[in-house]
Amino acid sequence: MSKVPYEVYTEEVEALSVLSPDGEIINKDMLPKLTDDQLKEIMYRMVFTRTWDDRAVNLGRQGRLGFYAPVSGQEATMIGSEYALQKEDFIAPGYRDIPQIVWHGLPLYQAFLYSRGHQHGGQVPDGVNVLMPQIIIGAQILHAMGIAMGYKLKKQKQVAITYTGDGGSSEGDFYEGLNYAGVYKLPVIFFVQNNGYAITTPFSKQTAALSIAHKAVAAGIKGVKIDGMDVLAVIKAVQEAAERGRNGEGATLIEAVTYRFRPHSLSDDATKYRSKEEEGEWNAKDPIARFAKYLEKKGLWTEEDTARVKEEAKAKVNEEIKKAEKTEKMTIPGLIDSMFETTPKHLEEQKADFK
Amino acid sequence: MAQMNMKEAIRDALRVELKRDPNVLLFGEDVGHVGGVFRATEGLQKEFGEERVFDTPLAESAIGGLAVGLGIQGFRPVAEIQFVGFIFEALDQMAIQASRMRYRSGGRYNSPIVFRTPFGGGVKAAELHTDSLEGLLAQTPGIKVVVPSNPYDAKGLMIASIRDNDPVFFMEHLNLYHAFRAEVPENDYTVELGKANVVREGSDVTIITYGMMVHTSVKAADELEKTKGIKVEIIDLRTISPIDIDTVVASIQKTNRAIVVQEAQKSSGVAAEVIAQINEKAILHLEAPVLRVAGPDTVYPFAQIEDTWLPTPTRIIDAVNKVLEF
Repeated sequence: MSKVPYEVYTEEVEALSVLSPDGEIINKDMLPKLTDDQLKEIMYRMVFTRTWDDRAVNLGRQGRLGFYAPVSGQEATMIGSEYALQKEDFIAPGYRDIPQIVWHGLPLYQAFLYSRGHQHGGQVPDGVNVLMPQIIIGAQILHAMGIAMGYKLKKQKQVAITYTGDGGSSEGDFYEGLNYAGVYKLPVIFFVQNNGYAITTPFSKQTAALSIAHKAVAAGIKGVKIDGMDVLAVIKAVQEAAERGRNGEGATLIEAVTYRFRPHSLSDDATKYRSKEEEGEWNAKDPIARFAKYLEKKGLWTEEDTARVKEEAKAKVNEEIKKAEKTEKMTIPGLIDSMFETTPKHLEEQKADFK
Repeated sequence: MAQMNMKEAIRDALRVELKRDPNVLLFGEDVGHVGGVFRATEGLQKEFGEERVFDTPLAESAIGGLAVGLGIQGFRPVAEIQFVGFIFEALDQMAIQASRMRYRSGGRYNSPIVFRTPFGGGVKAAELHTDSLEGLLAQTPGIKVVVPSNPYDAKGLMIASIRDNDPVFFMEHLNLYHAFRAEVPENDYTVELGKANVVREGSDVTIITYGMMVHTSVKAADELEKTKGIKVEIIDLRTISPIDIDTVVASIQKTNRAIVVQEAQKSSGVAAEVIAQINEKAILHLEAPVLRVAGPDTVYPFAQIEDTWLPTPTRIIDAVNKVLEF
């Protein structure tokens, strides 16, 4: 008889939460070590990001941004996971994961330029360890795996983190990345933001597995499932995964169960595939409201703080979008010159057609 | 100088670069311990260790993505895809990710990667082991495609490819690995990418070709000279993206007639591109249309009929006669 413990891996796993929806600590052992100032900084970033998302959606409707994938609802996964990293760690994002790379150091106006299809958007400043957002679902998972091997070969105690969604976990690249990371014991974190939908396809049609975290088992790496609406659970999970990576203990797959309050992109209508009841249930789990309750009880945050951060964020977004709009447009000769280190003769000739 | 076949010359190039630059890494399915299914990398893991030369799990997309990630980290990966038909599994990483890294990042990152793969027919290999997919890759912006035809070029082109800061797709013809030995310098030297080679001078007609077809064309040229006194000039492109059109044009100015020989299927390939560029740059020097000798537009067949599927000296001779009699 097979000794594969079939029954074990068909058991549901409970997602780790640290905070209750009322902002009470329910899992004291898993509380990440953070100072009051750090807690306030995390809240600041979450409120800032929500405001920026609201503004970006409006800017998109005005035609001042190009492709934009809304992030509201996923602030805990995005802000929390980046906050748990060190500056030297590397981020390989999917298309929605702009907040992580901005908080890791990519100037906001460059994120807007990326959205507007300007290549300077991906021209990451020196010392900022991020890639531009990836469009091919899953390609970045392999890049992060390769970057992590680079750290291992250079004997640097840094980690790479990469993001995808529940849909991305169905890609071949996802399995190939996990498998390589397992074989080579690489310092990489595969962070899946399971927001329940791959554009319109629900999780129930994505996989028959009970969780994405289960998929770590087949690759021989650690898998965990967490409450993605609880920023403290996110921070704890990523801190532990990063520590394991730095200590040479290998890769971790984190499944964070979350929700995007808005549609997949500005061009789709979520009411066609999601119910009002469902949206209401998830609104009640809003990661910002939950964390605010916790901080308010500790006397670290007030409604006035939220209002102040919103004003700051609005002003900053306006300033950065203007900077993006004022950035010199790309040119075809410039584009041609960006293909190779040294532009070959045939491309030099093609430039002449655009003068 | 040493006598080497093409496989040994490629191995020698890899050894030279592994020794010269600690950032050069060599990996792929079976390339480490055993040294590849053709032993092209034999002995290199023993010499340079498992951190520099290593086997990967069987997953082509991950080999490509690993190369892209390591390139971002400052390494110079030489990634092997075991057989050409398997590149489709890795095509996103090669033709989209590696090729546009420099553009997407506004020059912040690049992909100093060499993707190596054996290809080419006439060896009775299994299905999808031999197809000529170079045209597909040549149409990809941001990638260079190299196809050596002899041991000297193979070593020099490989070293140049590894030192190039952009992705190079390096295609090694299966039929040339052991075909013959030639003088290969033991020191390091490069053969410039994007530079064609006039392998035989002639005055009556130019054959533009690359890879194994250089040798098939030489056979045809010998026969034409012997039987009819026709002097054929043969150009080995060596790099099929970008194409060295200047060398081609200079030859056509002399011979006024040309054919292009490729192993790949006829339509939309390298030969079509060469002819389009000849039209742009040398049409008034032509006394006849430029013809193509190529495989038919079918899937590459099983081994049974590959010898008649592939261009033969006879078909090349027929095409030369046609342009001379036009």
